[in-house]
Amino acid sequence: MNISVIDMGNIFNLQRAISFVGGRSSIIKNIEDILQAKKIILPGVGNFKVAMELLRNKGYDEAIIEKANEGVPILGICLGQQLLMESSEESELTQGLGLIPGEVKYFYNNKLFDDSKVPNIGWRPIIDNKESLRIWDDSILRGVVQNDQCYFVHSLYTQTSKIDHTLSLSNYGGVTFSSTVQYDNIIGCQFHPEKSGDVGLKILKNYINI
Amino acid sequence: MVDKHKSIRIIPRIDVKGENVVKGVHLEGLRVLGYPSVFSSIYYKEFADEIIFMDTVASLYGRNNLHDIVASAAREIFIPMTVGGGVRSIDDVRMLLEHGADKVAINTALFLNPDLIKNVADNFGSSCMVVSIDVIKSDSGIYECLSENGRENTGVELFDWLEKVINFGAGEVLLTSVDNEGTGLGFDTSLIEEVSNFCPIPVIACGGAGKKEHVLDVINKTDTGGVAISSILHYDLASRDLDVESKEGNKEFLRNIKGNKNNEIRKGITSTTVNELKSYLSSNSVHVRI
Repeated sequence: MNISVIDMGNIFNLQRAISFVGGRSSIIKNIEDILQAKKIILPGVGNFKVAMELLRNKGYDEAIIEKANEGVPILGICLGQQLLMESSEESELTQGLGLIPGEVKYFYNNKLFDDSKVPNIGWRPIIDNKESLRIWDDSILRGVVQNDQCYFVHSLYTQTSKIDHTLSLSNYGGVTFSSTVQYDNIIGCQFHPEKSGDVGLKILKNYINI
Repeated sequence: MVDKHKSIRIIPRIDVKGENVVKGVHLEGLRVLGYPSVFSSIYYKEFADEIIFMDTVASLYGRNNLHDIVASAAREIFIPMTVGGGVRSIDDVRMLLEHGADKVAINTALFLNPDLIKNVADNFGSSCMVVSIDVIKSDSGIYECLSENGRENTGVELFDWLEKVINFGAGEVLLTSVDNEGTGLGFDTSLIEEVSNFCPIPVIACGGAGKKEHVLDVINKTDTGGVAISSILHYDLASRDLDVESKEGNKEFLRNIKGNKNNEIRKGITSTTVNELKSYLSSNSVHVRI
């Protein structure tokens, strides 16, 4: 089944990784492409506010929400995961797609945060959230092992309002955040699965096989 | 204060001339060691955290020539790839990203056009924008920035330059000590400590690793986020019996070391593998992905 990728950020390597694990993908060029989509990946590198404006200006936001409500599996990667939430404080408080209740916040506004460098760039373990409603083997993380490491690049972090929407937790500079989220057909990874070696490829394969 | 709980990235740095992996001393006297995409594939399989490709002769041609190499590596490796050498414009950056780079490292062009940092950050995200800085210590003890792959001294003082590139929106700094580069004598830890304390963004230390103890040393003494390594990893690969006969360049050295089991192949360099290096670091309480 074809995966439709929203054209935001550097998506070339994401498409290469999808094809490496046996999937097919195409780039979304207009609203019609979204409405026809069977699976949608929302990638994205950059600023939350700028990305939301881009989605709104093209009418993509409502189209994505419509498909989400129809049950189309949606995968947000990095900024894409953050866009699934209700709001972000990046630049100024901005509304997101609101597909999962939760917020996006600056590391340095959290009083638990030490003086670690921002952005958080590098490999960090992902840890099972025991309060999640799903077990990993029944989720996008099927086959992934506790403490497997993934590649992160971000300055803000996601926290879901309901802890059971968080599949995996990670920690940076003393702050624990949602590194993988899943709420029915809405899925997000803060890390880059296309850049996380075999672990990331496994996750993309799971998405393809949904 | 050094945070022992952070994860350190081990980043093989592959310098390329034409179609070959090369390695010199102080960025000069290059020897041919093999093929770039063969090296990157093996490093990927052996748990490298990222890869850096640097075109060492790009400034002679006025542009980066690594597109084909990057494209072929990108089909096989799924970790971040940074590509540098001869990157001068947004179009150059876009072209490299399309071929498979995740980040670009820029040095020379920024001295003429520091706005390029902001342009790259605005267009592709600041995490794409790695500022590469080659430094030498002057007779008066200050660090000066070099351009053109070490051939020109800009006369710009390191910390003035760092302040500027950070303000323009650099995502990371790749710091190469040209005095130490290729020598195998160890990192300039006082330089790296000063720079990593100064920068709010991640710093990658490069230049000087001659054995794995040097890598541990720079991690323990500084707040570096990653370590870029060439000689100690490349010489190990070059001595393996890989089926790669290079077509051009200075190959005599390569022929002499093929199948050599002695891991001190070049004086002062004790070669190792990414896996071996990481287990060593891990057994010394450094968090690495293994």
